Amino acid sequence: MLGGFVIIVAFLIAGDLMQRLGVPIPGNVIGMVLLALALKVKVVREEWIEGAVAALVDNLSLLFVPAGVGVMALFGIIQRQWVGIALSIIVSTLVILAFTGAAVKGFGRLLGGGPREGS
Amino acid sequence: MSLAGFAASPLFGLGLTLLVYAGAKKLYGRLRFFLLHPVLVSIAFIIAALKLLDIDYPTYMKGGSIVSFFLAPSVVALGLPLYRQLKRLASQALPLALTTAFASAVGIVASVAPVLILGGPREILASLAPKSVTTPIAIVVSEQVGGLPSLTAAAVVLTGVVGAVAGPVILRLIGITEGIAFGYAMGSASHGIGTARALEAGEVEGAASSLALCMNGIATAVLAPWIVRLLVGSA
Repeated sequence: MLGGFVIIVAFLIAGDLMQRLGVPIPGNVIGMVLLALALKVKVVREEWIEGAVAALVDNLSLLFVPAGVGVMALFGIIQRQWVGIALSIIVSTLVILAFTGAAVKGFGRLLGGGPREGS
Repeated sequence: MSLAGFAASPLFGLGLTLLVYAGAKKLYGRLRFFLLHPVLVSIAFIIAALKLLDIDYPTYMKGGSIVSFFLAPSVVALGLPLYRQLKRLASQALPLALTTAFASAVGIVASVAPVLILGGPREILASLAPKSVTTPIAIVVSEQVGGLPSLTAAAVVLTGVVGAVAGPVILRLIGITEGIAFGYAMGSASHGIGTARALEAGEVEGAASSLALCMNGIATAVLAPWIVRLLVGSA
């Protein structure tokens, strides 16, 4: 698993450097794409990183907690702006759900498959 | 070394976070009620504990930052599910990518519009713009566009929970209860928490959802700065 973690950090560094060199996307996202590409061209093998990936992704929720605790310093703003924030969450979630669901269902039909393809 | 100094050591924040989260996860395993999602419970509990002990956020973060450090590698780690799901759904990769491009843009605008219309401050608007994608990506984008990362993180978690709970209901209204459409919609709107819910519907749904999570993350990382700048100018 250590090897897998080293590989992940290597791609993170690569992405970070690319961002510093001017690519307008967060370094960690660049790293994610680079890793996916590396897997595709078989420079990196799935087995090498599976353990480390699982360790991170399975515990993703834990990683959000410290940042979330940070709202304790923002109670004033939240109190004043909660309506906008609540509407933002509700409206955008509804919109994305409806749009995405309909679009995928729509072109699924167009491409001639049933709802359960891809397995 | 004094006993009272413990709160100022990284061990405090680290230990508190790990213990509370582990407990919250156990509780959720028993009770399975969405508002008791481990993240929400952990955040609430820790805030309460810190307030009670009169410890400020920066002190907590001496240890808390050790945990949040792993957010960046976890985004890179998503490269593996991204690769696997793209391989699996290769025939539909292009339509899905196009759908995500639009859904992301529409999602960002819909996130920002209520605050814009109600005349809220720019930093709130910027904080909410990337809130439909997974936290590690949302936080970085938020910093990029002049938002408050903590507010973004909280908004992301709430979005995830709202989407995971309301998603299936909304989708049923438009006749979607299963399959790639269901999963992809859940992952797009409510990222990781939505994916956990989608997995309950099935493996296909879960896979589609995790693909959507990655795709929407990428799209939003690219589009959010443009859209925010378009709507409210640079920071």
